[in-house]
Amino acid sequence: MSTTTAPKASRSQEPRRKAAVTDRERTENSLARKLVAPAIVLMLFVTAFPMLRALYLSLFSYSLTAPDDREFVGLSNYWTALSDELFWRDTGNTVMIMLVTVFFELVIGFAFALVMHRLIFARGLVRTSILIPYGVITVVSGFAWQFAFSNSNGFVNGWLPFIGDDFNWFAQYDSSMIAIMASEIWKTTPFMSLLLLAGLAQVSEDMIEAAKVDGATWFQRLYKVILPNMKAAIMVAVLFRALDAYRIFDNIFVMTAGANGTESISFLTYRQVIEQFQLGIGSALSVLLFLSVLVVAFVIVKVFRVNLADARQES
Amino acid sequence: MRVRPTAGPRQLAVATSLVLAGTLLTACGGGDGKPTLNWYINPDGQDTLNQLAEDCSTDDYDIEIQLLPASATDQRTQLARRLAAGDSSTDLMSLDPVFVPEFASAGWLEPFTGDLADEVLDDDVLEGAAQTVQWDDQVVAAPQWSNTQVLWYRKSLAEAAGLDMNQPVTWGEVIDAAASQDATVGVQANKYEAYVVWINALIQGAGGNILDPDTVEDGRDAKVTIDSDAGKAAAAVIQKLADSGAAQPDFTTSNEGTSLGQMYPDDGPGEFMTNWTFVYQNYAGAVGEAGGPPDEAALDDLGWARYPQTVAGEDSAPPIGGITIGVGAFSDNVDFAQEAAVCITSSEAQTQLAVNEGLMPSRQSVYDSDALKEAYPADLLELWRDSVDTGGPRPKSAYYSQISSAIQSRWHPPTSVDPNTTPKRSAEFLRQILSGEALL
Repeated sequence: MSTTTAPKASRSQEPRRKAAVTDRERTENSLARKLVAPAIVLMLFVTAFPMLRALYLSLFSYSLTAPDDREFVGLSNYWTALSDELFWRDTGNTVMIMLVTVFFELVIGFAFALVMHRLIFARGLVRTSILIPYGVITVVSGFAWQFAFSNSNGFVNGWLPFIGDDFNWFAQYDSSMIAIMASEIWKTTPFMSLLLLAGLAQVSEDMIEAAKVDGATWFQRLYKVILPNMKAAIMVAVLFRALDAYRIFDNIFVMTAGANGTESISFLTYRQVIEQFQLGIGSALSVLLFLSVLVVAFVIVKVFRVNLADARQES
Repeated sequence: MRVRPTAGPRQLAVATSLVLAGTLLTACGGGDGKPTLNWYINPDGQDTLNQLAEDCSTDDYDIEIQLLPASATDQRTQLARRLAAGDSSTDLMSLDPVFVPEFASAGWLEPFTGDLADEVLDDDVLEGAAQTVQWDDQVVAAPQWSNTQVLWYRKSLAEAAGLDMNQPVTWGEVIDAAASQDATVGVQANKYEAYVVWINALIQGAGGNILDPDTVEDGRDAKVTIDSDAGKAAAAVIQKLADSGAAQPDFTTSNEGTSLGQMYPDDGPGEFMTNWTFVYQNYAGAVGEAGGPPDEAALDDLGWARYPQTVAGEDSAPPIGGITIGVGAFSDNVDFAQEAAVCITSSEAQTQLAVNEGLMPSRQSVYDSDALKEAYPADLLELWRDSVDTGGPRPKSAYYSQISSAIQSRWHPPTSVDPNTTPKRSAEFLRQILSGEALL
């Protein structure tokens, strides 16, 4: 909702400003542009340039160790990637990790947000404790959970009664994925709850009071009042986390290094470029990764917009 | 809350710039402008390498040791990242032989020319080691030490099985002999580089190659020759071991260390094992310790023989490893670095590495020296020297890391290897990988 109102406001202000522009304002604007210019140039240099360069390199067959063999191959790197089962297996892994982790983070994160929102005493302490995992670097979280799941010095096997003490979590696909996703969920749930807490704070207490007076149960208040009124916040949280989760790399790198088919798209790209020095196909993969992130963002925005419209029609 | 976040980065920035300024000043330091040569080494034999760096520093330059990570992949990527960026502070590098073609093809190694080339690669250098430092008819690195594999075994075991170890033995005979005595054969068959070392040695032992040696330097255009009788013979050996009772329990994840303990088990006849030169000192230094021979008599029972033949009557091609010294093409002090490379690969340096660290020389004369004859049994020295001299290199290609990964992906697990399908499938995959039509 805020995204639709913001541009309208600026548009209506523009003509007024133009009419009343003074010499001083003009000089100030010109100065502002000059002051901002270095930052923009720097941004273009560090973001636009590498992206365009990757796009350019993706059209070549190019290995760092054989620069003389470099040749223009058009879109054939993209065809190689898209027709390779490895690419689709890793895309499948990535999408699955994204769906599962975002789902659990949303549920657990919402519970945490409710707790943080409703707390009467020790607010600061509880909020800080809930947020601690998010302050931990992902690589450290990966190592910590790898040790936790280890069958020689970890505690997970001891805590789970239905699992043998010598069970090796990293020996096969399913259990490796569970370990990777556990680390991911543990680390980023606080981020989700932080965003949801902001959404909760926007829900007017008056509406909840009114629902209470009308005799709505706790669940009815949650589903009919709270959730519809914080849909924008949920959308932002899901969008951010989904995009983040789609780029998962650290946990896989630390915990399995891609063994047993646990590779993600980012990891595949990393291996092509950094380990095998294949700049051409690697760049093509990174462009595909970029495009798929765009697709994910587009899909989520579309899906949630439909829901928002529905909600408005209902009310 | 608002103040702290801004103060943090600012303090950090100040601290960072101070640290940076500090490093820059130290880097520029050196007082009288005497250059410092950085020598990137892998962790093997650090003590002696530090001593060599000190001994080979002169009035013109100092050599400073920089340690690379332990894993070969990390060593390669770290050096490659520096060199791809044209790093002028990478002067000397300890390189695994399989990195040499990759680095040389990329133009990252300064070739030795003229007298220096003659000095680095004279007649004294053993043939197997000499092959690893040549690229495009140039000498692109200096051999420092050589590794090779031999067949380690218990003499009592071979005798009980009726195997005459004075004659060359074949893989088939070794596997049968071990199986007949409820003993095992130790190899390296995890999904990693040493498995490719084994496969390559088996194929070369049958007179073939993974890639055609005449076109291997052509990179993407190299002819794939793994789908041949030699490739099938190699696959047959792996299949025979996998199907026999002589395979060790951790066969599919075995590495250089996993089979060491099988030589002197608590009970049992021991094993046959193909492994690198470090094995001798490993057992000789562990008499009476866990995993080592229980007493001197048991150590005397340790036998060694040339790498087994793939095909009876055809000479085996023992694997070649070791370290060569490359000089960075972007170094500010190429001449000094090449001079230093000659010093740290000299006969004296190789003697020290062999005696102190167990890293075997790549020069004939060093094997003949008194210092080595004192440290190792004479027949073992002779075996190592012959193995290095007649060993077979892995494919010398700018795409070696891809070739190796491609082989691993089609030949692992070794229990699935079949002479009728594996060489053919791996040949097709290799062709696709080389022409950029498949992902690894």
